[in-house]
Amino acid sequence: MSVEGLLRLGDNTLVLGQRLSAWCGHAPALEEDIALANIALDLIGQTQLWLGLAAAREGQGRDADALAFHRDAWDFRNLLLVEQPNRDFGVTMMRQFLFDTWHLAALTALTEHADADISAIAQKAVKEVTYHRERSTDTVIALGDGTEESHTRMQSALDRLWPYVGEMFAGDDADLTDMAALRAPFDTHVTATLTEATLVRPASDFAHMGGKTGVRHSEHLGHMLATMQVLPRSYPDAKW
Amino acid sequence: MSNEWPLWEVFIRGQHGLSHRHVGSLHASDAEHALQNARDVYTRRKEGVSIWVVPAADITASAPEDKGSLYDPADDKVYRHPTFFDIPDDVGAM
Repeated sequence: MSVEGLLRLGDNTLVLGQRLSAWCGHAPALEEDIALANIALDLIGQTQLWLGLAAAREGQGRDADALAFHRDAWDFRNLLLVEQPNRDFGVTMMRQFLFDTWHLAALTALTEHADADISAIAQKAVKEVTYHRERSTDTVIALGDGTEESHTRMQSALDRLWPYVGEMFAGDDADLTDMAALRAPFDTHVTATLTEATLVRPASDFAHMGGKTGVRHSEHLGHMLATMQVLPRSYPDAKW
Repeated sequence: MSNEWPLWEVFIRGQHGLSHRHVGSLHASDAEHALQNARDVYTRRKEGVSIWVVPAADITASAPEDKGSLYDPADDKVYRHPTFFDIPDDVGAM
């Protein structure tokens, strides 16, 4: 059982949850605003479970909060995809769609994990993520097959984010499940959705790597962590 | 604003309620989107077990100014209430 594998799951949901929370009060419609905040909260809740388990298995006296707020960028094990900036609503929803599709496949596999703690967290999370994927899929279709403006923005979001897809399926021994095996269900759902959304899947499968191994995060992660971590680092043990 | 999504009325059947109750309204692009939005806006605290969404434009409402002719005639017809029967104690609460 790998602590590193747990950190990867927990850091994905932590970083994406933090990213999404930045939309609170800024989304293009009240309904989308609440929906994004709900999804962010789901992801932060999953983070507490994954990082809580990672901290317990690590056995160094740390807890989920310590892992979230007192590690630096190079200690994070999230995918490069989730640390990419929100930019416009189209980029945010395309990032969400790509992540949700991988996330649902990964969690579905993890519900069968031999470790009872891991399968229990996956079983809880898979219900939430089933809804996340449904929502982001519908949004990608609606905006892709929407107006000329929304179509252009969604295609540009897809082109921008596609180089971050490959890392999701590049596995190693620290992963809790075989990531390469998730590519087929991912491709099936993504292809069907993009077709309906009248979007064109980029030809190149070039992939940026280095997020989940911690070797080379993008410059965006440090800025995000600075905002996220400043309060607990400035005022240790602060409570509210 | 002309480019706003259409308005939908939301009805939710609560955990213990038997019938759907009107809880509010929201904007959405279509029925499926309205259901998703209703789920996010109105059931965040486990309020419901079933959601209905109805296009607000499809609801026909009575006009407030018709109040007199619609409801006042019932004012002096108290005999339409079943309050003139003695209910046997054995029946219990009704």
